[in-house]
Amino acid sequence: MKLFDGTLAARLFVGLGCALISLIAWSAEAPPFRNTEEAEDGQWLMPAKDYANTRFSGLKEITADNVKNLEVAWTFSSGVNRGQEAAPLVVGDTMYVVTPYPNILYALDLNKSGAVKWKYEPKPAAAAQGVACCDVVCRGAVYSNNRVFFNTLDGNVCAVNTKDGKEAWKTKIGDINIGETITMAPVVINGKVISGNSGGEFGVRGWIQALNVDDGKVAWKAYNTGPDSECLIDENFKPFYPQDKGKDLGVTTWPPDKWKIGGGNVWGWISYDPELKLLYHGTGNPGVWNADLRPGDNKWTCGIFARDPDTGHARWYYQWSPHDLFDHDGVNESILVDLEIDGKPRQVLLHPERNGYLYVMDRKTGEVLSATPFIRITASKGVDLKSGQLIPNEEKEPHTGKVIRDVTPISPGAKDWQPSAFSPRTKLMYFPNQTMSMDYEGTEASYIVGTPFVGVNEKMYADPVDPGDGSRGAFTAWDPVAKKRVWRIKESFPVWSGAMVTAGDVVFYGTMEGWFKAINAKTAEELWKFKTGSGIIGQPVTYKGPDGKQYVAILSGVGGWAGAVVAGGLDPNDGTAALGFANAMKDLPNVTTKGGTLYVFKLRDGGEKK
Amino acid sequence: MAIKQRKLELGVLVASLALVTSCKREDRPFQTSAPSAEAIQFTRMTDFRAGGPSISGNQPSPAMSADETPEEKEFEENAYMVGEGKRLFSAFNCVGCHAHGGGGMGPALIDDQWIYGHEPAQIFCTIIEGRPNGMPSFGGKIPSFQVWQLASYVRSLGGLVPGDAAPGRDDDMHGGPPENSAPNQKPNDSSLPKSAEMPK
Repeated sequence: MKLFDGTLAARLFVGLGCALISLIAWSAEAPPFRNTEEAEDGQWLMPAKDYANTRFSGLKEITADNVKNLEVAWTFSSGVNRGQEAAPLVVGDTMYVVTPYPNILYALDLNKSGAVKWKYEPKPAAAAQGVACCDVVCRGAVYSNNRVFFNTLDGNVCAVNTKDGKEAWKTKIGDINIGETITMAPVVINGKVISGNSGGEFGVRGWIQALNVDDGKVAWKAYNTGPDSECLIDENFKPFYPQDKGKDLGVTTWPPDKWKIGGGNVWGWISYDPELKLLYHGTGNPGVWNADLRPGDNKWTCGIFARDPDTGHARWYYQWSPHDLFDHDGVNESILVDLEIDGKPRQVLLHPERNGYLYVMDRKTGEVLSATPFIRITASKGVDLKSGQLIPNEEKEPHTGKVIRDVTPISPGAKDWQPSAFSPRTKLMYFPNQTMSMDYEGTEASYIVGTPFVGVNEKMYADPVDPGDGSRGAFTAWDPVAKKRVWRIKESFPVWSGAMVTAGDVVFYGTMEGWFKAINAKTAEELWKFKTGSGIIGQPVTYKGPDGKQYVAILSGVGGWAGAVVAGGLDPNDGTAALGFANAMKDLPNVTTKGGTLYVFKLRDGGEKK
Repeated sequence: MAIKQRKLELGVLVASLALVTSCKREDRPFQTSAPSAEAIQFTRMTDFRAGGPSISGNQPSPAMSADETPEEKEFEENAYMVGEGKRLFSAFNCVGCHAHGGGGMGPALIDDQWIYGHEPAQIFCTIIEGRPNGMPSFGGKIPSFQVWQLASYVRSLGGLVPGDAAPGRDDDMHGGPPENSAPNQKPNDSSLPKSAEMPK
């Protein structure tokens, strides 16, 4: 009897051990819904760190006290001197870095200071460079189940085996001949890799699609303009506000057939709530910027969809900017957190929108709980929380042949693609943003397949009022419950890098001059900075190396829309260059040059330098 | 008396000045025909030649750095042609990529760098044939006559056409000084851009 008990105990023990091991193995495979200090595994499996898009790391070897001892551990040249917007991934003892066009994927050995294990070259079509609106960027790869997935500029989704760098499959889902590119980082949800297209400046009809991770076959595809059947809208679609209810609004809110070239692209961030079984994605600007040429609300552009990740079917939708006037794409990240709002616990999403408002929404229903300006706004007069409608400012409504001055936010928005972070410790959001204004004029536009469909002249400049000191960007800490800014660090140029925050209460970001900075997440105190070789527009990550130490990594290499003046070698004597961004960036070539280098930092051995 | 003399002198000076400046006006022929296809047939991309500069064998000598043909010259000395080129530059969405010459998705055209050559025939070819790093081919889509008009306007952005033919004002918001005050640059026909480099 006793013996039997012992065997049972042993069996139980072994069984428990197996379960534990498989649990550990499983946890290496899938990122958590929302990362915590307890859940931290020291890896970085997707650009946003977790499905909730917090970009919070539970690592805390590096703290506000010792971050001043950070030093370079090793570097790696990507060999591509264009805008580096990607987040490096860390899985076990390997780092994965994907470059801008020509989209080379490197596997780097963390045991050997980043020695190349293998590289994978998808060789995208060179002509893709000519239809990439805002530099030839790639926003990163994603890891799942022994494979790395990423998108190429010319519209392919690649699945690469981590073991040897061999291609598992490659599926072409975009067509550069109609102006379609892919720049976003995909996400993997329940065995499907999910991506969307870019091309809002080419009259490309926006979509999001899911491919099976095993074979790359398309599982579902949802358009964001056109009839309900193609937008995967059915009887289970329950938007919160009446303006989003009705049949085929993706057709009826457009002039005849204009939805076919109507934009609404998906090139930003996707978040996912496994409990509610909903993924959240924004939709880009409507096709042809000049709004005179497309009367109507232009659904489902400039909004947010909640969809079932298994089928793609829409559950709710909300439109940030109906009948968008200024290229205010709605694709920014939505961070999924649970907060106490007005004394009640709510499942919310936090969305710093290009139109200048910080939206707090009920992520179950799509109800807007608050929408607070986080920069000076002249383009609109607020958000009516009762109707959910953006209140337009007629004074600033552009028309063909009419120049409107001092419009803010600018076309790239109060904040563009550059992703924010949320710390469960401080309960604050940290976001990089722009503080700029613009002159804007509508012009005639002809639709010619494969060429830009814009119809706007534009010139941007530093916001003359707030802050009014010539600075064009800021790094902001925001309290979403109190609906107010906690602090703001002004920067000369737009802060085009992402943010990352750690359990050591340090928040990281980079500047377009090339400074990589560590800031005290509570006090805004600058704790440490390092000058990299080129301007930074990448996404910082942190991980635990094979030696058990905490590392911080960032790609340096200026570019993107804001840095096109350097990356593309543009001539800022024409202020309308780079769709008007060059006007505000005339001094950028004086402070930085092209680059493409990964920097990895760790704390100096033995602490402070004597 | 002396003052009167002075005034007279000044008057003569002003009058002659006005005469001199007014003399500089566009001289437009009644009929301007587009350069022939011959002009574009032998456009080379490089001055670097195997076997040295001399031509041997039965192949024709493609002239890259040679002067423009008389037709090309006449074409871009004609303000109407350049002005039409400016209108078409917007109508065919060139402006979407190259902005008003500063560039964007495509390279700048107001600087001195000409990746695929600055001669009218070379620009004509670039528009018709397209280029590998993203310039689409417009061949078969735009009448040749209009392509020549576009080429002359593209050259005006770099100050390569006479100031009296280049456009002097805009109907829309413009990013920089007008084309007719573009500094006359020394064009630099550089080589093809490396892969992963957007054409500059």
